[in-house]
Amino acid sequence: MRTAMLKQLSTCMRADESLHLIVADTGFHVFDDLQKEFSSRYMNIGISEACMIGVAAGLALNDKRVICYGIVPFVTMRCFEQIRNDLCSQNLPVTVIGVGEGLTYGAAGSSHHSLTDIAVMNALPGMTVVCPGDPVEVQHAVEAVLNLDGPSYLRIGKSGEPLVHRDGLQGFELGRGIRLRQGRDVAVISTGNMLPTAEEICEKLLAAGRDPELISMHTVKPIDRELLIDVAGRCRSIVTIEEHSVIGGLGAAVSRVVTDEGLAVKVQRFGIPDEFVQEAGSQMFLREKYGLTAEQIVERI
Amino acid sequence: MMDSIESAARQIRKDVLRMHQTGSNAGGAMSSADILAVLYFDTMNLESPDDPKRDRFVMSKGHCVSSLYSVLAQKGFIERDRLAEYCVDGKLLMGHPTRGGVPGIEASSGSLGHGLPMAVGMAWAAQKDKLGWRTFVLMGDGECQEGSVWEGAAVAARLALDNLIVIVDANNLQGYGRCEDILPINTLAAKFRSFGWSTMEVDGHDCAQISGALKAVPFEVSKPSAIIAKTVKGKGVREMEDSLGWHYFSVPKEKLQDFCDELE
Ligand SMILES: [Mg+2]
Repeated sequence: MRTAMLKQLSTCMRADESLHLIVADTGFHVFDDLQKEFSSRYMNIGISEACMIGVAAGLALNDKRVICYGIVPFVTMRCFEQIRNDLCSQNLPVTVIGVGEGLTYGAAGSSHHSLTDIAVMNALPGMTVVCPGDPVEVQHAVEAVLNLDGPSYLRIGKSGEPLVHRDGLQGFELGRGIRLRQGRDVAVISTGNMLPTAEEICEKLLAAGRDPELISMHTVKPIDRELLIDVAGRCRSIVTIEEHSVIGGLGAAVSRVVTDEGLAVKVQRFGIPDEFVQEAGSQMFLREKYGLTAEQIVERI
Repeated sequence: MMDSIESAARQIRKDVLRMHQTGSNAGGAMSSADILAVLYFDTMNLESPDDPKRDRFVMSKGHCVSSLYSVLAQKGFIERDRLAEYCVDGKLLMGHPTRGGVPGIEASSGSLGHGLPMAVGMAWAAQKDKLGWRTFVLMGDGECQEGSVWEGAAVAARLALDNLIVIVDANNLQGYGRCEDILPINTLAAKFRSFGWSTMEVDGHDCAQISGALKAVPFEVSKPSAIIAKTVKGKGVREMEDSLGWHYFSVPKEKLQDFCDELE
């Protein structure tokens, strides 16, 4: 996902001379090419995320468009108040890109996990929250958030995330979930890096004679209300899947629509329980521990 | 010239006293009065709040915004009548600077330690585009306990922002007492210097001294400048001066006239 992000970013920086990239000493060698090509619009600001967001706001107040990049917890929670006051309350076009969504940095321990970031970013008025499902969605999402008039948070994985949109993707739009398969039985809705798992779940359900629907809900805020109403009209149940706490993420956003609209549909939420991970573990080890593999989820649907 | 600046400062104090018949922070607003008067009526190039070439000002000690509202009224950026809207239900003159509803407010602030990083971004924008305008930031001395202030200070020096000027309203009081007792960082000038800034210390109530310092910026080429202005909280009204209570008290109706008379 990071490679897709970088590629799109250089295209955007080439097209828009006001676009700046600030990183908080993250991404060893990752930005070498960008730095070379756009030396005056790239800065490693040091390990000072709070300052990074403030500086981005000051630039944006003077007609610059800014991307702030770092590992998820440090560019969202460390500097939460700067994002709230400097970016959101002033509605400035700054994009925060967090790398290492969910359990990407599994073995590094809970300081580096990003399991509550969607929740806190969702809570901010004016914030757009985007968690692309695969590298193709990342590419489209980067371009889309850079066209917004206000702040945005783009949550991406790192490397090795499988392609789901293998034949490319037409008509990507923020706030509009992507329906990869239409069904009439259970709607499997994922956000971020759980999309390949969601796809696998659908294959298994299909093999078992069910008729599942598959949706990549890349934008968690604003959530695609219209699509959910449509889904509830056809499917008996919705399953939400996210590598994030069950509090405040995709499942919560979907449940809110179901409640607000009085939809007659059952919602089953899969995510990380309300706890800190207490042991070392790779992403796959921890997904299994929390019941987030395709096999485990299918068994509980 | 100094006469008119001093009279603008007197007007700030009178307006602040009137505005603070409810609400906190009259003392801090009065300690900033002379600094603001010099900035807006002597130093800054600022004819209109929309002029792209204007010097920028960030009120990082946002809780003292009433003094800034007075300045904006004196500049004619807002109507004088609007000062009566300070902290009034449904009106736009909020207790901390909020960009959008009040012409002349460059950035929303109020949570301490946010102003300097934003000002660094502004000054950097001007430096990048080779624009001549400067960015001024007013901070409190208690505010300098926030870590983000020093992140901003380090970045400003690293970017060689000699178009950035910090003024610290150093009244040696904060929410619960003397800054030097609560969390001593009372060597502010030395701290800024060690972060790569050049500094000057002035009497924050001597308009000629403040003006001289602000005319001399940047003190060194390629370095941001910090002016540590020694001030007295509540300056101008004896009962309020150097008194912690006036971080919180409102001005009682029956004392307003006496306080204003004392300023003459
Ligand atoms: Mg103070």
